[in-house]
Amino acid sequence: MGIIDVNGIVKKYGEKTALDNVSFSVEKGEIFGLIGPDGAGKTTLFRILATLLLPDAGKASVEGHDTVTDFAAIRRSIGYMPGHFSLYQDLSVRENLEFFATIFGTTVEANYDNIKEIYSQLEPFGDRRAGALSGGMKQKLALCCALVHKPSVLFLDEPTTGVDAVSRKEFWNILYRIRSGGVTILVSTPYMDEASLCDRIALIQQGAIFETGTPAGIVSEYPYGLLAVKGKPVYPLLQFLRTCDGVVNCFSFGSECHAAIDSSVTGCSRLQRELSGAGFRNFSVREITPGVEDCFLQLSIRKRDGMR
Amino acid sequence: MREFRSFVTKEFRHIFRDRRTVLIVLIMPVVQIVLFGFAISTEINNARVDIVGDLSDPSVRRIVTRIDNNGYLNIGKVYKNTADIDGRFRKGKADVAVCFENEFDDKLNSLGTASIRIIGDGSDPNSAQMIVNYVTGVINDEQGDIDVAWSGTGPSGSSTPAVKYMYNPGMLSSYNFVPGVMGLILMLICSMMTAVSIVKEKETGTMELLLVSPLKPVWIIVSKMIPYFTLSAVNLATILLLSRFVMHVPLRGSLLLLVFISLTFIVASLAIGLLISVISSTQKTALLISGMGLTMPTMIFSGIIFPCESMPSILQYVSDIIPAKWYIIMMKKIMIEGVGFGYMVKEYIILLAMTAFLLFVSTRLFKNRL
Amino acid sequence: MECDKIIKVTGLTKRFGNFTAVDHITFDVRKGEIFGFLGANGAGKTTAMKILCGLSLPTEGSGTVDGYDIRTQQELIKRNIGYMSQKFSLYPDLKVWENIRLFGGIYGLGFKEIKQRTAEMLQSLGMEDLRNEPVGSLPLGWKQKLAFSIAMVHKPPLVFLDEPTGGVDPETRRMFWEMIYRAVGEGTTVFVTTHYMDEAEYCDRVSIMVDGVIADLDAPDALKDKYGVPDMDSVFRTVAARRPAGKEAAGA
Repeated sequence: MGIIDVNGIVKKYGEKTALDNVSFSVEKGEIFGLIGPDGAGKTTLFRILATLLLPDAGKASVEGHDTVTDFAAIRRSIGYMPGHFSLYQDLSVRENLEFFATIFGTTVEANYDNIKEIYSQLEPFGDRRAGALSGGMKQKLALCCALVHKPSVLFLDEPTTGVDAVSRKEFWNILYRIRSGGVTILVSTPYMDEASLCDRIALIQQGAIFETGTPAGIVSEYPYGLLAVKGKPVYPLLQFLRTCDGVVNCFSFGSECHAAIDSSVTGCSRLQRELSGAGFRNFSVREITPGVEDCFLQLSIRKRDGMR
Repeated sequence: MREFRSFVTKEFRHIFRDRRTVLIVLIMPVVQIVLFGFAISTEINNARVDIVGDLSDPSVRRIVTRIDNNGYLNIGKVYKNTADIDGRFRKGKADVAVCFENEFDDKLNSLGTASIRIIGDGSDPNSAQMIVNYVTGVINDEQGDIDVAWSGTGPSGSSTPAVKYMYNPGMLSSYNFVPGVMGLILMLICSMMTAVSIVKEKETGTMELLLVSPLKPVWIIVSKMIPYFTLSAVNLATILLLSRFVMHVPLRGSLLLLVFISLTFIVASLAIGLLISVISSTQKTALLISGMGLTMPTMIFSGIIFPCESMPSILQYVSDIIPAKWYIIMMKKIMIEGVGFGYMVKEYIILLAMTAFLLFVSTRLFKNRL
Repeated sequence: MECDKIIKVTGLTKRFGNFTAVDHITFDVRKGEIFGFLGANGAGKTTAMKILCGLSLPTEGSGTVDGYDIRTQQELIKRNIGYMSQKFSLYPDLKVWENIRLFGGIYGLGFKEIKQRTAEMLQSLGMEDLRNEPVGSLPLGWKQKLAFSIAMVHKPPLVFLDEPTGGVDPETRRMFWEMIYRAVGEGTTVFVTTHYMDEAEYCDRVSIMVDGVIADLDAPDALKDKYGVPDMDSVFRTVAARRPAGKEAAGA
């Protein structure tokens, strides 16, 4: 029994299935990441857990309270930060915070300790309208508003989308400090590189979860060997690698190409020979350990092929 | 209670920080009253009357002088041939033409009857009707005088009824439109603004946050309504002051009764606004629904422009479901006729029932989920 | 070597009131490269990009885009570049072929040319069966691929991509980048802004804007060596962290 329990949740919008039999469970005090692209169903799932939507089938509970029958209890104990910074743009930083404190039946002063760390960075701009803040600052204010009533569970729907890399890093550091206070955090993100920052993750695409586990655990189950090939020009290189024996699939990763290989057929040196033979120059091939993104790619391909 | 107060404060902040909207809301009643009062007046002023006939004919001249003396009518051009009327109408130089038959005076004196034809430019039926009525009235007066002049005593063959408009002797259209504009403005401010402000929160996503808070939905509704209720009250005062002191529309009945009924109507409008916010998901939809679905029918069916009585009966039934219609009827009774509550019990009960129904439906439909 | 520069700007500056969004930036983009234009929110990226696309005039400075002056030949610039943004790309209620025809028409292609380009495009995208579908009903990945092809409908020598792949699944993102590589292979120059730092590594050279100035510009590998860090994410953070404190809260 976790803090958040999701059991066979199904949600349909007309013909379209937004969530298809989703199940997972989040333990107390962990940062659980829901990793998936736009349209995967992350926001729908968040809304169901925040008691804003009713599932068509399945059950979910937060701290033992059922999301359908016991929604009032959940609403008292959670902090929710919807996607796209839902704040009042025409109210000042302080007015926003005070308003959200009041409607949750508390005051900023009473819970100042809880938000001090983040809010101290915002305080110099207390009189500024929320709409005039930068992306990173807005995000911090939204987090403050979600934290101001000392929730024990925090739902953050894509808090880092559209935020630059520096602010994102800062934001994650804030999340770690919140976690150390015993708060359970469910966070969603389309950025694969943020997956490794979570304690545990679920990979979700097209309404279905295809893997749940720790980032390290998911990576360790990667079924192939992985080679990073670097060379130019990229497009012909990719095309060539895909034709090589023993290469299962091949995708570009930044300046490199990641080739998933069947280690019993091919390897580093054989691929090097083949590339030289094909006339490629100034390339390098090295063996690497896969990342979450490699796993996501492989799992989504496997799922798609399995459906065919 | 603290939650509630802070929510209402926030709503007022939204309103007052959006200066343009506040300005529009506060100035709109003034503009509407002025527009209806001076520009879109349905009274006839300076209608241009062409005369077709012989001005040297004494009877013709007498009638023409009478027309010219009438404050609402001006003589345009005098010519001899009816064929020219068409051209004058087409150029928009005349509104009506009065044609006297040849040798009018002789025929009138020898045969006791002579014919006059009145030709109106019917392209705008409402004003044409009214101008023709005016002209007919003037000619009838003349005829009455002729009768008197002839027999010396007592009425003779033709008689004209004396008409007096009891509550609006001057036939001022302001008596009609001021109550109408009151209905329109209150409807507009309460319904449209409430709907838009709620839907805006849906659109920006803040509604999600309000819903997951322990705040009861009913308090969200009430706190959304209060600021617009206040604004409407300000508007009501503006309209009443303007109509009393600028348009000189009397307030013959009780002010207290007027305010009491207006408040009922405001609540009904707020409930409609809430209903619109429930069914629309974007501000644009909310604006369209309240604009096309409320303002237009209110204008058309509430009798501001077209009298309900002259509509086909099916449309009259439709007009019965417009709350503003009943409100406006009551306002007219209070302001113009100066009667008491006893004369509008039926209308008030209808309005109250509508209000209760709308409030019930809209609060029931307002979900505490998305 | 001058003719190898498809974009060349010197001392480009844009002020809004007393706020300097772009502060004397000087850089150039070589023909046929993928040029990454990075920067934090509000660093002035969008403003600079608008000037380069001929949508806004600089307060100071001069430059050329594809040989046309950014001050005097804005119309010619607009006609000769491609532009794609994640925020605005295609009309969702128009069918696939209607979108292609519309943008072909906007870029001044003839009727015959549009017809021929539509057929080519649908074939290379593998979307022949979808030509009569409204664009809104396509999956995000398809939409973006189509949007890119449409930005290239008039075969421009230079294409601007404004955060083209936000929120797309990893596989579709890679398909998208392969399309870009293919276009580059055919000689197109690509100017791209992105928030994905790993995507910055796809670029031949990247510039990092901080508070209206270009804080650094080089090949991703050279930047990583220079700052002694393993990835572009760290490079970005190191460079961007040097911005003066207090300026941070200002909006974009």
